[in-house]
Amino acid sequence: MLNSVWELLKRACERYADKTAISDAQTSLTYSELLDAACRVASAVHNALDGARGQAVPVLIGRNALSTAAFFGVAASGNFYVPMDPSLPDKRLSDMLAVTGARLCVNAGQAVPASFAGLTVLDADLLPPADMTAVDGMASAILDVDPLYCIFTSGSTGTPKGVLVSHRSVLQMTRQFSEAFGFDDTTVFGNQAPFDFDVSVKDIYNTLYHGGSMHILDKKLFLTPKKLIETLDERRVNTLIWAASAMKILTSLKTFESVLPHHLRQVMFSGEALPAKVLTDWQNHLPGVRFVNLYGPTEITCNCTYYIIDRSFSPEEHIPIGRPFSNTGILLLRAGKPVKPGEIGEICVRGTCLALGYLNAPELTERAFCQNPLVATHPERIYRTGDLGRMEADGNLRFIGRADTQIKHMGHRIELPEIELSCGALPWVDACCCLYDGVRERIVLFYQSKTRDDKALIDCMKAALPSYMLPNRYIWLEKIPETRTGKLDRVLLREQYIL
Amino acid sequence: MDELLDILSECCPDIDFEVENTLIDDGILSSIDLVTIVGELNDAYDISISVDDLTSENFNSAESILDLVLRLRDE
Repeated sequence: MLNSVWELLKRACERYADKTAISDAQTSLTYSELLDAACRVASAVHNALDGARGQAVPVLIGRNALSTAAFFGVAASGNFYVPMDPSLPDKRLSDMLAVTGARLCVNAGQAVPASFAGLTVLDADLLPPADMTAVDGMASAILDVDPLYCIFTSGSTGTPKGVLVSHRSVLQMTRQFSEAFGFDDTTVFGNQAPFDFDVSVKDIYNTLYHGGSMHILDKKLFLTPKKLIETLDERRVNTLIWAASAMKILTSLKTFESVLPHHLRQVMFSGEALPAKVLTDWQNHLPGVRFVNLYGPTEITCNCTYYIIDRSFSPEEHIPIGRPFSNTGILLLRAGKPVKPGEIGEICVRGTCLALGYLNAPELTERAFCQNPLVATHPERIYRTGDLGRMEADGNLRFIGRADTQIKHMGHRIELPEIELSCGALPWVDACCCLYDGVRERIVLFYQSKTRDDKALIDCMKAALPSYMLPNRYIWLEKIPETRTGKLDRVLLREQYIL
Repeated sequence: MDELLDILSECCPDIDFEVENTLIDDGILSSIDLVTIVGELNDAYDISISVDDLTSENFNSAESILDLVLRLRDE
């Protein structure tokens, strides 16, 4: 039984030392090179922190193999990594750093943002060789329940939430995926998801678990889909675990009418509901490929249910999210009680897949990870997803929608109030309201101010929010309509401007 | 050109299309921006932009996009 992802890397290295583990557009690392690079990071982190353990260590990530070496290195030192995209606005990076309380970061070849000025920066590509035995010693003290990483998601209070996940949950995920999907050492993953997005966790650790390979796809390839498909072929990619939004892009741009990938065996998608017509496009053009719908928020370590697509779907049908993995239990609850068969309830998850909680946010953690109301005899945590679901007669779970203001846009989880808070904080904005146009997939921001100034507002929003959270439409109103009780009339706004 | 700039700005209000000339090379456009732009251009100019047209040469700037639109409209 493995206790840490360091053991996973060591085991893979024993069997596959000279095989390519992780590659990107410029470089590639064999398993032994990955181990060596991670060992350097582990030793440097250990020294810089004077041997402290359990600390948050941000990693300035790029679309490169070096980032993954930094992750393993931080983990081996007995600390946990926090992948951070240096292209995010400084304010957001500062907010995230404040949550972590970090004093040290590892840089995977990026320009260091201004918000990192007070931190010690270790450049992962410039570190001296390190003593493997010493690093093995550090790693041997890791408990499987120790935190491995913290990934930030949008928070409705305006501050991003850091989801803290253990070694155990990630190791369990790899075992579940192995059982369900039969990856092996011939599997070549085409990594689409950025490393600060937990879809990428599946690529990295399933690669290591099976001794496969992973090629990191440059983000810009999704702007030139023909080159993207050529790259998949050149790298002999046979397995995709992608955000559903990435699949939608290839379909929207009619990619497969011109070019097809030749090595694909399995395509798995998650992050948001994939429209059936997009799945049909992929199925029609890639008849030999197995498709899998995966479901689950970051708080349950990637995914808690899966549905292996076993038929075609008509355009108006919803693709089920399927059944739970074997280490997971799903409860559909309403007011703390299970719903009757066929009724809609909040999807709640139990099992070893649950995250440890939100970093340095005990109250938030207590609200989301609470005692199972159906168990009175012993402590058992469940995670309340805020997603609504229904169990269909065939035993498959169906995702119905959200119980709150969270949306999925371009594969990212976004709390609309967080956008409203950024806009409302501007002194010259009197009121604002953010709605999602699900048909056109656009975030629409209404704002009320004395004079219209879209450009000034856009500049302020760009300084505060990551690009995927920026509204796609700005609508200035002299007065945002209100309901009789004085609340912003979101229904009227939707009717007048979106429908 | 003004009409095209209006369409582009409506699709991506946070990008200054009069200035940017590395829209693809520097990843200034997101893939969802590109989908929106292609859809709007196809509708507005009654053209059909194919995946073969989606290159940095054609989409790096408003000028190169205009060249592509004019070329496809003449075909």
